Order: sequence, then structure tokens, then C-alpha cells
Amino acid sequence: MTLEDNPPSSEVVIQDSSTAALAVDDLRLSYTVRGTPREVLRGVTFEVRPGEAYGLVGESGCGKSTTAYAALRYLPSNGQIDGGRVTSVGKELTAMSSRQLRSFRANDASMVFQDPVQAVNPVLKVGRQVAESFEVMGLPKAEAVEAALEALKRVRIASPESVMERYPHQLSGGMLQRVVIAMALACDPTLLVLDEPTTGLDATVEAEVLDLVRDLRSELNSAILLIAHNLGVIRTMCDRVGVMYAGQIVEEGTVEDVFDNPSHPYTVGLLNSIPRQGVRKDDRELFAIPGNLPQIGDPLPTCVYVDRCPIANDECRTEKPPISQRSDGHWTRCHRPDHIDEVPEPVKDFESVEIGSEEVIGVHGVSKTFRQRGNDVPALVSVDLGFAEGETLGLVGESGSGKSTLAKTMLGIHEPDEGGKITLRGRAMKTKATERVEESIRSIQMVFQNPDSALNRSWTVRRILTRSITKLTGLRGAEADHRAVEVAEAMRLSPRHLDMRPRQLSGGLKQRVAIARAFAGDPNVVVCDEPTSALDVSVQAAILNLLANLQRHERTSYLFISHDISVVRYLADRIAVMYVGRIMEIGPVSKIFGETNHPYTEALLSAVPSVDGAAENRIPLTGEIPSPADPPSGCVFHTRCHRAVEGLCEVTEPELRELSDGHSIKCHLTVEQLETPVVLTPANMVG
Amino acid sequence: MLRFILRRLFLALITLAIILVIITLIPNIAPGDPARKIAGGTASPERLIEVNESLGLQDPVSAQLANLATSVFTLDFGESFSVAKGEPVMSLVWSALSNSAKLVGFSLLVMVPLSILGGLVAAYKKDTWIDRTIVNTGLAFSAIPDFVAGVFLLAFLAVPFEFFKVQASAPPGSSALVQAQHLLLPVVAVLMVYFGYIARVTRAGTITALDSDYARTAFMRGLSTREVFRKHIARNALQPTVAVLGTQLGYLFGGMVALEIVFGYQGIGNLIIRAVDRADYPVLRAGVLTVAIIYMIATLAADLLVAYMNPRARANLGEAS
Amino acid sequence: MNPIYDPEGELTPIGSPEAEADIPEVEGAPAAATRSQVRREQRRVLFRSPGFVIGVGVVGFWVLAAIVPSLFSSIGPKEFSDAGARVSPSADAWFGTDSVGRDVYARVIYGARPILIVAPLATGIAIIAGTLLGLLMGFYRGWVDEVFSRIVEAILSIPVILMAILVVFTFGRSQPVIIGTIAVLFVPAITRTIRSAAISESDLDYVTSAKMRGESGLFIVSREILPNVTGLVVVELTVRLGYAVFTYATLAFLGFVAADLTDADWGIDVSLNYTQIIRDVWWPSIFPALAIATLVIGVNLITDSIDKALKS
Repeated sequence: MTLEDNPPSSEVVIQDSSTAALAVDDLRLSYTVRGTPREVLRGVTFEVRPGEAYGLVGESGCGKSTTAYAALRYLPSNGQIDGGRVTSVGKELTAMSSRQLRSFRANDASMVFQDPVQAVNPVLKVGRQVAESFEVMGLPKAEAVEAALEALKRVRIASPESVMERYPHQLSGGMLQRVVIAMALACDPTLLVLDEPTTGLDATVEAEVLDLVRDLRSELNSAILLIAHNLGVIRTMCDRVGVMYAGQIVEEGTVEDVFDNPSHPYTVGLLNSIPRQGVRKDDRELFAIPGNLPQIGDPLPTCVYVDRCPIANDECRTEKPPISQRSDGHWTRCHRPDHIDEVPEPVKDFESVEIGSEEVIGVHGVSKTFRQRGNDVPALVSVDLGFAEGETLGLVGESGSGKSTLAKTMLGIHEPDEGGKITLRGRAMKTKATERVEESIRSIQMVFQNPDSALNRSWTVRRILTRSITKLTGLRGAEADHRAVEVAEAMRLSPRHLDMRPRQLSGGLKQRVAIARAFAGDPNVVVCDEPTSALDVSVQAAILNLLANLQRHERTSYLFISHDISVVRYLADRIAVMYVGRIMEIGPVSKIFGETNHPYTEALLSAVPSVDGAAENRIPLTGEIPSPADPPSGCVFHTRCHRAVEGLCEVTEPELRELSDGHSIKCHLTVEQLETPVVLTPANMVG
Repeated sequence: MLRFILRRLFLALITLAIILVIITLIPNIAPGDPARKIAGGTASPERLIEVNESLGLQDPVSAQLANLATSVFTLDFGESFSVAKGEPVMSLVWSALSNSAKLVGFSLLVMVPLSILGGLVAAYKKDTWIDRTIVNTGLAFSAIPDFVAGVFLLAFLAVPFEFFKVQASAPPGSSALVQAQHLLLPVVAVLMVYFGYIARVTRAGTITALDSDYARTAFMRGLSTREVFRKHIARNALQPTVAVLGTQLGYLFGGMVALEIVFGYQGIGNLIIRAVDRADYPVLRAGVLTVAIIYMIATLAADLLVAYMNPRARANLGEAS
Repeated sequence: MNPIYDPEGELTPIGSPEAEADIPEVEGAPAAATRSQVRREQRRVLFRSPGFVIGVGVVGFWVLAAIVPSLFSSIGPKEFSDAGARVSPSADAWFGTDSVGRDVYARVIYGARPILIVAPLATGIAIIAGTLLGLLMGFYRGWVDEVFSRIVEAILSIPVILMAILVVFTFGRSQPVIIGTIAVLFVPAITRTIRSAAISESDLDYVTSAKMRGESGLFIVSREILPNVTGLVVVELTVRLGYAVFTYATLAFLGFVAADLTDADWGIDVSLNYTQIIRDVWWPSIFPALAIATLVIGVNLITDSIDKALKS
């Protein structure tokens, strides 16, 4: 790139590369795939100032992780740097010898990866691995072990002495992420790179880890580069943020500026595609960014976003967008930042539909006990639920709380214990899917979390759909085929998709096929098990819109399982909260979010990092979720409850009792007791 | 760990029981008179009665099974019919076994380090010509039956070069060095058969470990490539190799029948063939069972070693179903 | 140290990276190849790989020799050559003559037949039985699976050659017995491979989905799971074919295959003649040995190329 192409005045400049913890200057990087170089980073410039937390946000393929690795000069063998510089406190990484680089990684910079389980060596004791981080800095063995113990104490891991002697598989994901952070902080790094550090962890654990990082920041001098796709995480953790798209930063500024006054159409699109500020399906649709995410290496037009931009004009198609300063330190790479208001807001263009009053499917006193190594493991304990026509019941809870077991029991994959009943319009169905009559089978279907697993990869979409249609409705041949085309159309799949196989479709399209299959037999209830958690936010928006739309037209009920509370809030009419196989609270959305909650719900809700920045007082949920094989006595939640009453909660299990119409909690405490602001003493914090 | 060992031993016992059942069943389900099958078509009626009595072939199958099980646990398989008439079967087996052990031991000594080294180098130089050479040569050689490799070695090494011996057994009373010299050609044949296989397994294990997040974390911690290899990769990468070596050890003892024949070596395979040639069923049966038991011990040892190397494997096998 | 992380998979822990935001109006996946294109691409990779071409060439030659040996040799395998006995390779007798004066070249050509009857038949039977058993065990699990798994492990603990010797000794030496023995002894290994693949397939949600719509177990195994493991079955088929050639040759060498030792058979010819190598008469054993080696290597080259093409 020559000066004529890009006059310096319109480019971002590094302000002070000699002090910045990380300065990435016009970095260009490509991967060679089958002999052709494909551009991944197309001139990325930003700096992380000392002690600052800088976030990079964007959807898959935008190059944010590549940038993170480049910050420690870590390239895959097929990657090469085509231009630009990376410096840390004046030292140029791109020019370092391998010895210098090792010393830089050992003493000045650290990185934390997404999956803590993979990031530790499975065959070495935790203590040994943490100590190694100190040994590379030159500490003798014995001192390194001492230092390792101190480091584990610093990340507030429970019983650090015993953790030292454990193997990684004996620790939970949240504990392991603490271990990994302890290792990363060993050298008191100038720069700490966190690559999606909480993706894959439960919301409660995520909140714990984020709290820890936030607290440690004040103790340490580290600057942080945080990579995340979750806008809420960035908002609550970072000072400044860069929004990446197609290998470029398109907007940068403080988190307040960028999230409250977005100035790039892509940022606006991202923010509008997630359910925010309590918006619900009856209020309006979510905004789904039109068009496709660019593939790595695609030739890009003048403005990387022009093809999907709702406010693009001719200038955008002919000229590279300049950097427009919006306010001090807030800039956007856009020709028309002043026209940002013209980006259409999603509006309500449909009639809300009333939920029916009759119960279509009912779950009555259903328990499920697995037998494992001769022990009884109660995974579900007398669950009662009912689904009215056209109603969405959201189901939330940490992993291992029994959500999926409940779904599979309803579907007849697991057989419930004696005495439990699943009813269709009041009549009990057979408990096993193979014994159910066609009518029962078609009445309840499922959409899975991962479409790659849910769709048979050697079948065409047509075959996937027609088989379900034939099996569920009895239609055959041309009739079934006709119905398949119809269903596909309802999912806004085009006819040519019918002859493709799953691997030829994008994740979003695959999920549409999975939804189409579930709807093939005109079901009464569709169980959606985390249907959007594997998708990017803009794709998620389209799928959520589709589900809401189908519900309005087909009057289908959903059991919607998700770990994302804002998504559940958007789609659900009622919410049930599960813990160790029991329903702890159930009620209409308005009451769950507006009235007194069960202490567990209270903690869950407080754990969600909000993109709107209103950080509430978080109630920590310490310790591990108990195993259903060995549930705590009394109230199963008492071991982690911040409101537990000694002598009561650990002795008797409370009944589910109604607080107000349709809103019940399983708790001993009175509404008054539950509404007292909780005082977080060290005692109930450690749990 | 104790729990793991007990569980693993229990599984080995079940396997042994099934093997005993199969071996007992074979002569009983063969068409025709089992005694005639065993004694050979030309055997005299007196001989048939003798065979029937000594093997208990007229007894119910359950009694035969109990008999065989007793033989295994008392290490007494009766007397040889014909290979060495009247001698206890076990004494024949022991002497053959000690010869086999020499061959196997020497082979392992040569083959294991070379193959592992080959696999490590191939993994580290992945997708270069070095990698391809190692993988493809290994592939070609390991496809060739052992006796074919042996015959080639006879023609191209033993005949032109005095140093390489045609007979794998050294004259009695030879020094260890001379014995090793005689064993050299069969050991090379074993190397040819196994190098590619073991190197491939090692290569795959190493590549997996190199690509892992924990290796990446170790690199990011500032460790050098050599340190990462030594501290983090080796123990993970070599687990599959150890497991495979365990399963192959039994095959080395018993599967190299044809190779022992080519080089006239008096190992367990050779004993089995002589037993077949002279219709000596007790020796044949004891030989096959011995190999199976060696296989079980070897896999047991390998599993314990892997468990020692990998705490997760230990946990899984010790507790799971 | 090749791709240390997948450049194209930036964050998705589950499934493939989202390459495309999808929106109703948009016409799906622009860059995706159709199924036939994928197949064609796989075939192209296969036919371009030198290993595959050489492998098919070598194996093809031997198959042809087994079907119409007269195409390659005008002399029969049991005829005595005019050149006399123990004549070294020359223009008259390309591969020389053996100790009784038969033409070694003719015996090598005719010797392809028995091995190429036994090995494919035994492999075919084994692959069908093993696949069926593996699929059913992997899908149904339960105690039947437990029991069969134990039996499989037990059989695998005795080298195939020894087990074959034991069986052939008691059942008698004949081609059907040999075929049956090799087939039965190969079933456990195939079963084990297919079973573990079937288990991982059964854990996938498409199987759950099929159960949910009330499909029978037979339908799920044959229509849902089987198509997803065919690649593995093909690889297993060629791997076992190589081992079957290996096993048959070894049994022949040890004298377990036929009553008539004058039949042309590579393994038998090696065993009858190898002792003469030390008297410098190498050709009657080395040529059939080479024939065995080329056939096995040819089969393995095919296996390896198919495996790579399926993984590409």
C-alpha cells in the first residue's frame, strides 16, 4: 500500500508505540490454503495502552483470534505476515530472534485460551504446570513450587494445596480456567491476551472468572487484550473496544461511545441483532443483518461492509471509506456516519397472538432415575409442567441441572420412572417413543443444539424432510415431496437447497433444515435445545425471528432451553428455572424479571453480563453444582445459597409454592426475607 | 490405581476363560470323529483310543473345559504324543519359549528405539520429503509377509556376506555376541515388518500432541521446542505407541511362525509347526495357549504403563462401567 | 508443526465455522460444492495419486493373470521345461527353472490364482459379517454387546496365524476351510473398528432424532448409520484384503493350504525352494516371493490412497 492510496491523515495512527503494552500497526496477514494466499488481516491498527483493557469484538472469520495470536507472534505454519509491525513497549515482535521471543513470552506477555480443559497438559499435576511458568522465568524448582501455590491462592481457587496435587481431569472447567489464569499471571505480564476466555462456561462460572480478572487487574499492572464475540462481556470488562469485520477494525472507541453511540452500520447491526433492554417477541423482531459474512480471502470491495450496508450510496462503492472521528478517540471507518440514524430499526409489523388457555402437552410428576454403577442417580425429581397452545416455556439452569434430560424424557428417549405421566390434551402418552402412536410422536418434536450432529450428513435435505413427513403424517411419494417443498419454503429455504447435503449449507441454513424437520408433522410442542448457541449473533437473530414467526402462524408451543437469559427473555412467555433435576422457580416472564425471585434465580440473573452496561450487584454463586448422584440434604440449593437459613434449609426440602398467580418458587423464605438486600459477607461469599 | 489393576486383571481372566472355551470347542465342533482329526487319517484304532483317553475327548465338553483350565493353572499339559514322546509338554514349551524370548527381546531392543525415532522425526518434519520417505518405506515393508522378507534377506545378505548367518540358532555354548550375530537377520526381518507400523502410530500420536492446546500454551509460556517436546509432548504422544507395542508383543512371540521356519529357529512358532507335522495335539494346544497368555500379560502391562502415563485413562478404566 | 490452529475456525467450539450469515432473502450457500462435485473431486484426488495408479496397475495385472494365465504364459505350471532343472534365468526361461525342471515364470503366473480366490472371498465374507455385527453391537449396546466384545477381544489375543493353524489342523486342509477360517478370524478386528464408529454415530443427534420419530432399529442401522460409515468399511475392506493375502501366503508357506503340493502357489513354491538359496539357486523362491510382495504392496497402496482421498 502506497501513500497515495491512503493519505496518512485518514488512517489510524499509533499514538505512542514506545509505551503501549501492545501496538499493532497496519498488520497484514494471510494464510496459504491449497497454494493460494488468503488475506485474513487487511491492515489492522490499534494499541493497548499500559494498564488498559482493550476488547476486540466481531463474528466468526473476522480475524480477531488471528490478531490475538499475532500479538504474541504465534502463527500457524501456513500463515505469513505480509506487512505491518507489532510492538510491545517499544520492542518489535516481528524483528525478534526466537530466543528473544521466548523471553518475551516468558516474562512480558501471556495468553489464555478459550477451552481451559484443552489448555492444560492432561498427564501432569496442576502444581507442576503452574510451577513451570515460574521456572521459565529462572526461579529454582523449590521456589517455583512455592510461587505456584501463591499464584493459585491469588486466583482464589478453593483449597489450593490440594489443587496442586490434582490432575486436570479432576477439576471443573471453571477451576481449570483459574489455573490457566494463574499460569498466565505468573510473570506479572505487561500484556495479557484473553481469547474468548469464558465461551463454553456456564453464565455463573463466566461471571466468576470475569470478576476474578477484573479484581486482578487492580492488583497487577497488566494491560489486557480481550477477544470475545459476546458484546456484554466486552462491555463489562473493557475500557475501549475495536469492532472487527473482514480483517479490519471498522469502529473504535470507549465501550460507552461505541455501544451507546454506534457509528458504523455494522456495529449498529450487531447491537440490534441481540435482544436488549428486555425486548420481547411481542414487541418487535430482531434485526438480522442482510447478506453473508465474507469468507476468508474473499476479494473485498472498497468498503468491507458495503454489500450488506443499508445506508450505502454510490460513494461507498467507489471510494475507500476514510476514518471519521466522532469524538475524542472514537472513530469509524465509514463515509456516512452522520446518516447512521437511517439504518432501519426493526419495527413491529405483526399482530401479537394470544396464548391459548387449554393445556396441550402436560408433564405430571415426572422423575427420571438413572442407574450408574449400581447407584441411583435421580436426574429429574417430580417435575410438573404444562404447555398451552402457542406458548413458549423457557428453561434455564446451569449445565448438569437436568434440562436436556427433561427434554429427552418428554420426547420418549428416556423412560420416566414409574408414576410420571406425559399427557397430550389430557390423555397419557406412551413413555417410549417407539411405542407411541403416530399422533403422539408428531405432537412433540425437537430442534437440537448442533445441526451438524442433528442432520444425517449423507442424506439430502429433501430426504431428511420427506422421511420425517412420511413417518409423521403418513404422506408418501409426490405428496410428501410437495409437503417438503412447502415446509422448506416456510423456513425460507429455497428449493435448490433441497438437493443439497448438510455439509454444503451454512450453520444457519442447517438449523433451518432442522427446524423444518421438526415442523414437518405439524407438531404441538417443539423442544428447542440451545438452538442458536452455535451460531453467530446475526444468524441467531434470523433463527429467533423465524421461530417467533412460526409460532404466530402455527400456534406451536416451545420448550426453549438456553443458557442465554436475554434470548430466553425475548422468546419465552413463561420461564422455569432448574437446579439438580428440580424446578426451583416457574412463572411468567414479567414476574420472573419483575418480582421476587428464588435465590438461585436471583444469582443466575445477576450473572449475565449486560451489553447495556448497567452493572447490577452480582450475587456470586460459588462452588460447584452438586452432582445429582449425591444431592445435598434438605433444599438442594442450600450449599450455595446466599440466603440459606441454618437449621432449616439443610434439613427439609421446601415445596414449590405459589407467590402470585402462576408464579411459584421452591423456597422456605418469605417474600419479605427474599426481598431484603443481601449482605455479602466473606462467609457466604466463599460458600 | 489398585482398583484399576484389579479391574484390569478381572477382564484378563474373562478373556482367558473365553479362549479356553474356544480351544475346547474347536475339536468338538469339527465334523467327524475329533480323535481321528487329531491323530491323523492313518492312525490305528489303538492310537485313537489312546488319543481319546489322554485328551478326554469322550467326556462332556464342560469336563474337557475344566480339564483344560486345570492344565493352565497347574501348568501341566500332560505328555507329548510325538514331538518328544513321553516328555512333559511344558518342558518343550519352556525351552521354545526361552528361545523366542531371546529373539523377541533382541528385536524389541532394535525395533522400538528406531521406530519411535522414525515416528518422531516424521511428525516433526511433517509433509516434507523426510516424512514421506519414512512413512512410505515403512508402509511398503510392513505389507510384506515376514517369511518373504526373510527369504529376501537370505538371498541378498546371508549368501553374499559371511557375516550374516543362515541359521538363527548359534551352536550350543556360543557367547552372547555370537548368538546375537546369528539372530541378526530375523531381527532385521522383524524390523522391516514392524518399523512402518510403530513409526506411523508414533507419528500420529506426536502430531496430535503437537497440535494440542496444551502444547500451544507451553510454547506461549516461552518454552523452547525441545523443552515442550520433553516435558509436554513425549508422555502424551507415546501413549498409543505403548498400547500398540503391548498388543504386538504377543504377535511377536507367536506370529512369527514362518520366520522361525525360514531361519530354522527353535522358537514357540517352530514348536507349534512341528507339533502339527507330527499330529501332537497336546503340544499344539499348549503352544497356542502360551502365546495367548503372553499376549494377555503384554497388553496388561501396556495398559498399566499407559495408565501410569495418563491419569485420565487410569480414572476411566478404574471407575467406568 | 502444521496448522497449529485451524485458520478458518476462529471461535466456534461446536461444528463448523459460520461461513455465512443467513438471511431469508439470500440464496443459500454460494461457494458450496454439490455432492457429485465432492465425489468427483475425491475421485480426481484418487486417480491423480501415483500410489493408487501403481497399486491398481499391479493388482490388476495379477487379477488378470489369475483369470486368464494363458495370456501371459504359453507353458503350463506343471509342465517340464526343455531347458532342464535348476537353470538360471535366461531368454528361454525368464525366471529360470526349479529343481525338477518346471518353468518358474509359468508357476508364478499360474500361482496368482489360489491366492486371489481365497483372499477376496475370505475378506468379502468377513467384511459383511463384521460390518453387520459391529453396527448392531454399536447401536444396541447392552449385554449382548458386552458378551460379543469379550469374545472379540479373546480371539484377537491369539495371532491369526496360530489360530488358523489350529483350526485347519482340526478341520482339514481344503480351500473352503481356508476361506472360512480366514473369514472368521478377520471378523473380530472388523467388528471392533465398525463398532466403535457405530457408537460415535449413535451418539449423534440424528440418531436421537430418528428414534424420536419412532424409526425401527433396523432402519436406523441400515439407512441412517451405514451410509455414514461406508468410507470406513471400504478402507477396512482393503486393509483386510492385504492381510488376507498375507495370511494365505503364510499358510501356504507353512503347508496348510492344499493337499497337492505340485499346484502352482506362491507360498508353497517359496517354501519348497528357499532352502536352495544358500546353494545359490535363488530364482525358484525369490520370484514367487517377489510376486507376493508386489501383490501385498499393491493392495496397501490402494488402501492408503483411498484412505487419504476420503480424508481430503
